[in-house]
Amino acid sequence: MAENGTNGTNGQGYVGTRTIRPDGIDKVTGRARFGADYNLPGQLIGRVLRSPHPHARIVKIDTSKAEALPGVKAVITRDDFGDQPSEFIPAGEMMMNYKDVVRNVMAREKALYEGHAVAAVAATSAAIARRALKLIDVTYEVLPHVIDVVEAMRPDAPLLHDDLFTVGVEPKPDKPSNIAKRIEITLGDIEAGFAKADVIVEREFKTAPVHQGYIEPHAALATVSEDGSTELWCTTQGHYIVRAHCARLLGLDIGKVRVTATEIGGGFGGKTVVYLEPLAIALSRKAKRPVKMVMSREEVFKSSGPTSGATVRVKMGATKDGRFVAGFAELKYQAGAFQGSPVQPGVMCAYAPYDMENVKVIGYDVVSNRPKVAAYRAPGAPISEFAVESVVDEIAKKLGLDPIELRLMNAAHEGTKAAYGPKFGPIGLEETLNAVKKTEHWNTPLRKWQGRGLASGFWFNIGGETSASLTVNEDGTVSLMAGTPDIGGLRASLAMVAADELGIPYDKVRPIIGDTGSLGFNFLTGGSRSAFSGSMAIVEAAKQIKTELCARAAKLWDAKPDQVEFSGGSVRPLGALAEKVKPMSIADFAKMAGKTGGPIGGYGRINAQGAGPSLGTHLVDLEVDPETGRVTILRYTVAQDAGRAIHPAYVEGQFQGGAVQGIGWALNEEYIYGSDGKLQNAGFLDYRMPVASDVPMIDAILVEVANPKHPYGVRGVGETPIIPPLGAIANAMEQATGIRFTELPMSPPKVLKALKEREATSKV
Amino acid sequence: MAKHHIEATVNGDAVEFLCETEDTLLDVLRDTLNMTGSKEGCASGDCGACSVTLDGRLVCSCLVLGCEVGGRSIETIEGMAKGETLHPIQQRFLEHAALQCGICTPGFLVASKALLEKNPNPTETEIRYWLAGNLCRCTGYDKIVSAVKDAAVTMRKG
Repeated sequence: MAENGTNGTNGQGYVGTRTIRPDGIDKVTGRARFGADYNLPGQLIGRVLRSPHPHARIVKIDTSKAEALPGVKAVITRDDFGDQPSEFIPAGEMMMNYKDVVRNVMAREKALYEGHAVAAVAATSAAIARRALKLIDVTYEVLPHVIDVVEAMRPDAPLLHDDLFTVGVEPKPDKPSNIAKRIEITLGDIEAGFAKADVIVEREFKTAPVHQGYIEPHAALATVSEDGSTELWCTTQGHYIVRAHCARLLGLDIGKVRVTATEIGGGFGGKTVVYLEPLAIALSRKAKRPVKMVMSREEVFKSSGPTSGATVRVKMGATKDGRFVAGFAELKYQAGAFQGSPVQPGVMCAYAPYDMENVKVIGYDVVSNRPKVAAYRAPGAPISEFAVESVVDEIAKKLGLDPIELRLMNAAHEGTKAAYGPKFGPIGLEETLNAVKKTEHWNTPLRKWQGRGLASGFWFNIGGETSASLTVNEDGTVSLMAGTPDIGGLRASLAMVAADELGIPYDKVRPIIGDTGSLGFNFLTGGSRSAFSGSMAIVEAAKQIKTELCARAAKLWDAKPDQVEFSGGSVRPLGALAEKVKPMSIADFAKMAGKTGGPIGGYGRINAQGAGPSLGTHLVDLEVDPETGRVTILRYTVAQDAGRAIHPAYVEGQFQGGAVQGIGWALNEEYIYGSDGKLQNAGFLDYRMPVASDVPMIDAILVEVANPKHPYGVRGVGETPIIPPLGAIANAMEQATGIRFTELPMSPPKVLKALKEREATSKV
Repeated sequence: MAKHHIEATVNGDAVEFLCETEDTLLDVLRDTLNMTGSKEGCASGDCGACSVTLDGRLVCSCLVLGCEVGGRSIETIEGMAKGETLHPIQQRFLEHAALQCGICTPGFLVASKALLEKNPNPTETEIRYWLAGNLCRCTGYDKIVSAVKDAAVTMRKG
């Protein structure tokens, strides 16, 4: 709580306590302004016309009737966006090709999925905008479509891009295909590994595409003046990235575009790319009035990125005493309409939790007529690790070994060389396994139709470019500015670190998220980086303030630099000097800033390195209803390595929220397509995310294996929690039913079918 | 067709507004009365982010038409705190870290208040089923349930 005292030394004050978040009151009173809550005088409402076809050539777009409708102020189509060269640049946690980005925000030659933007209008009211969309006449030449990843890989599959040639195969293909890329990582000798194995398990798995499911739809408000100066308010995980994308797509100078990140109502990776933002700017530029655009929920499902569905084959070998000697996997990930699925991190993470000598993982990035995937919490990793964790469980059963002991025997630890390259520093997988082993949960008996499952998970985490500032105000209070949107307690975490570094009370630090004009570049909130990198930038900014105040004190006191030090919120005289002068607090300096050298502040500009991976282990109990196939989660425990939890409650919140998203992925969520290539469940009623009555309390165990590369030992925590639930639940299902489920989601119809099939077989 | 002229009460204040037949109560609150605390997550009654009470009954304001509320009393998130004092449920949400992004929070608070006014001592299961109409994608509901339970204790003490 905020009344806790502070002693102002690293990590000895607020860090590790459960403060109340500074932005909390605005969020419980309805005052906080999210994407759709911003309005400007004279604003127009923008709406998007979307393709009803999953695959069609756009022969002609006639906008004349829409333009003639009174109240319509601008109409845009592909003609309003210049084409872009084909080159890859980093975007979020993935690489993006602007040739594809420009085509995803507005279809050019073809519409490549149902919901693909084809035109947009801005009008004086939403009703007029809707009417205008109906007056736009698009001539389509409907083409055959392909939805499934395996079908899309066939040589005779409908082709999405005639210039897409598979990268990473020899010889270079002479014909285009839907396979954008083949990647491979190898460690050791896989064949030699399998030769040593006493037991080999091989299985094929299938996962459905799932949506991030943030409750706040995409929203943007843009205003462009006659000289091209552009202001944009939007809900995003990275306003600097939005600025870069919009400037590039619309030919604007980056310096002329100012983007403010509104409060963000969830992102989970899905708000790392642009959809409405460039359209709103293009419409405003044309209409010379502010333009506001908000997606409907249906548009969010049909037109913004879910993550990949996939087909995965895993083959693992172990010796009879339980040592993993070989791991092979082949991953086929859907990218959606444009290349860039998260298959690369999927490949890298597949066997990362384990210390193995022989690993080979192959991945394919495959396009099909679905919305382009976007990042989703630990992109790619839940899919490949689900498959591996299922096979690990099967090996444990075959060898008659305890699944915790088997994992402990093979767990990656400090010094393990990962198949994807690096040698790990201190990591906490063994600690999480041991923590779970000690729980009462692990040692409680189960009844018929109940099962218990366990799985572990690995995610890298990232650092990256970060700017943040601390400004000492005239009264000694401190303004903190960060440039990464706060999705789940970032402002609280950074204010706690600033208060501890400066030795001032937490409630004297006021954190805000600055716009792109207020701070230098910030990479986005993603990769579990914002608290990790942001706190490092704040430590740097605070260091500058402390150094400056010491210099000012030395000058005031006519002392040498080694006669002063900063501690407990004040500059203190040392040695004999202490008898002559009194310590001066930050507030003392603030009052006389003008007389001692001017405004006081610090500015951290860093490229944060050394993000330590976070590993976790989940334990789940569930019960299967044999009459309906419904699965009820009875009990759930998460143990994860947080390095050091700055704010334990918000770290627990990440564990709990990730676990429940994973439960949804495992049991119910999926994109359901008809044979017409159209999405049949584009709404929250039919796309069934977990609700409060679907889940129990989620016990969270904070494991803290300090990250030596961070001043407080912090690791990113946000993404790892979504990885283990898929495997843990599949493993629990096996225990409850005796059936190894290899297809997600394990929804009631699938479970019932599997139970009936088994019944039929056993009667024969 | 001419717009409807409606008089109603919002958080105890008399309001009047004009609306089209198709305008929902949520549209009226957000776009006409500039009360953006109620959120639109789905516009189909599936997410609960727009929860308000209408004559004391919990409803999704996206499923009520603006022209239906004439003469009726609406309570929204903006009316929950009294002066400088947060409602005990708001206070407990802050203390329990029962929000992450905060977009679903107004709906959860309004729905939780309606629950505790009806049932001052709900079980965990009752809380979970009552709040099953409110989607939260961040928290996994754990800390929300704890906050509501804890607020119930405070409210019973008066």
